[in-house]
Amino acid sequence: MGPPALYALLMLAVPLATIFAYTFWTQDGLTIDRTLTFSNYREAFNDPLYRQLMLRSVWIAGAVTLATVMTAFPIAYFVSFHVPQRRKALWIFLITIPFWTSYLIRVFLWKVILGYNGVLNTTLLGLGIIDEPLSFILYNANAVVITLAHAFAPFAILPIFVALEKIDRSLLEASRDLGETHLTTFLRVTLPLAMPGIVAAALIVFIPTIGDYVTPRLVGGPDGLMIANMIQTQYLRLNDAPMGATLAVLAMAIVAVISALVFLASRLTARIWA
Amino acid sequence: MRGGGLRIYALIYLLFLYAPILLLPLFAFNSSQIIAFPLAGFSTRWFEELVTVDALHEAVLNSLFIAVVSAVLATLLGICAARTAARYRFRGKGPVLGFIMLPLVLPEIIVAVALLTLILQLGLDLSVWSVIAAHVLICVPFSIAILQSAFQNLDASLEEAAVDLGETRWSTFRLITLPLVMPGIISSLLISFTISLDEFIIAFFLSGTDPTLPVYLWGLLRFPSSLPVVMALGTILVVLSILLITTAEFFRRRGLARTGATDSGGFI
Repeated sequence: MGPPALYALLMLAVPLATIFAYTFWTQDGLTIDRTLTFSNYREAFNDPLYRQLMLRSVWIAGAVTLATVMTAFPIAYFVSFHVPQRRKALWIFLITIPFWTSYLIRVFLWKVILGYNGVLNTTLLGLGIIDEPLSFILYNANAVVITLAHAFAPFAILPIFVALEKIDRSLLEASRDLGETHLTTFLRVTLPLAMPGIVAAALIVFIPTIGDYVTPRLVGGPDGLMIANMIQTQYLRLNDAPMGATLAVLAMAIVAVISALVFLASRLTARIWA
Repeated sequence: MRGGGLRIYALIYLLFLYAPILLLPLFAFNSSQIIAFPLAGFSTRWFEELVTVDALHEAVLNSLFIAVVSAVLATLLGICAARTAARYRFRGKGPVLGFIMLPLVLPEIIVAVALLTLILQLGLDLSVWSVIAAHVLICVPFSIAILQSAFQNLDASLEEAAVDLGETRWSTFRLITLPLVMPGIISSLLISFTISLDEFIIAFFLSGTDPTLPVYLWGLLRFPSSLPVVMALGTILVVLSILLITTAEFFRRRGLARTGATDSGGFI
């Protein structure tokens, strides 16, 4: 464990400590002023632009999480309950393949699909389903949600699939023998037992989504930009590393608090359910 | 197979998952400069253009170098961690392993700016090595996830038997352990290589004047006239990724079969 732990310490813990230190410093021209101050935090909280980007990031990440988990659940359920044992690994492999291909290329292709003269609009126009191109699906938050739901699909499917696989099938039979219908068995047995997987899926999607940079930039338009875009601007355009560091630390703090709340809420619900 | 409605949903969902990478080659082989339907005609001119760009060749070489070094380092670290995790119990094992696995869920931009800040602070220059440092960090968790099952399924009594028969710890590792976990190691190398090759956000922050292939692609996206070339390059990248991942999956399954474990499906 020594070498990998040491590596994580040097390349992760030390850098994280460094950006934390930067949040209390300020940029002074080309040099860093190392007088301790809370001015970055004050600015981050008071500037309406930062607040708006932060809120929007949370909101978009939440919408992406909801959309991804809700669309992923039926797939995980299908593979776990309806696909024969020997074909399950193949299905899971098929689901994960797109995830391993270039993220940048996939996001860009969504821009091509959702655009005004894009694949979706030209197809729907050609089929006579719509009269004029749909404009609400590119350069806004909707496009960001669709694209990210696509990018994080395997992250949501796998934990739910694993949780469903662990369910003892005889419990379902017992429930039906005791007079429950398919639906009530699903609601009262399958769903509660799948809950840990669903919560894990939600967190695994939510946490990286909030820091996404490529998708808002390519398909988000001005109203779809998120906090990661501002962090990038602070570092690479405005050359204000302390402000960028402050926004990064705040974004991490928000993610940590929300994740902790979701985790605690799920524990509590599980106890009430039991 | 039951589940009629669900089955249809599953097929539509697969179409949704594959839509971008299925459309990609259509535009790459389309003779028109405009990325839209209807397609104009078949052409390989965008692929031919790729051969002539020198900046692209540099980016490819940077990316390959970064991906190879990152894959080897990440897998070496992954072997250490996975072997320890599967063999030994000690206080604080959970938290330490959790910390090593943290980059799996940490937003990539955080990893990127954290390392960037440290490099600025130390007054070092950005180069392929700063990208490698970060890529190793994000590849190690995947490497551990793959190798852990390989080491866990390994029967400890095989190693004990070798030691009893007079082998040293090193020769036991080389003669018994290594051949049994080799498929896992190859799988880990391929996965890490693929992750590093496709990674953009970190490379964008840390590559400095040595752009990687995705960073070079990002630059091209701004110019509408270069988009067909992007499609051609993207097609090559996607095909390469799929080949690598399929090979990795092949080795992972062979590894499972060799240690006599059943397949739970998937890498993660």
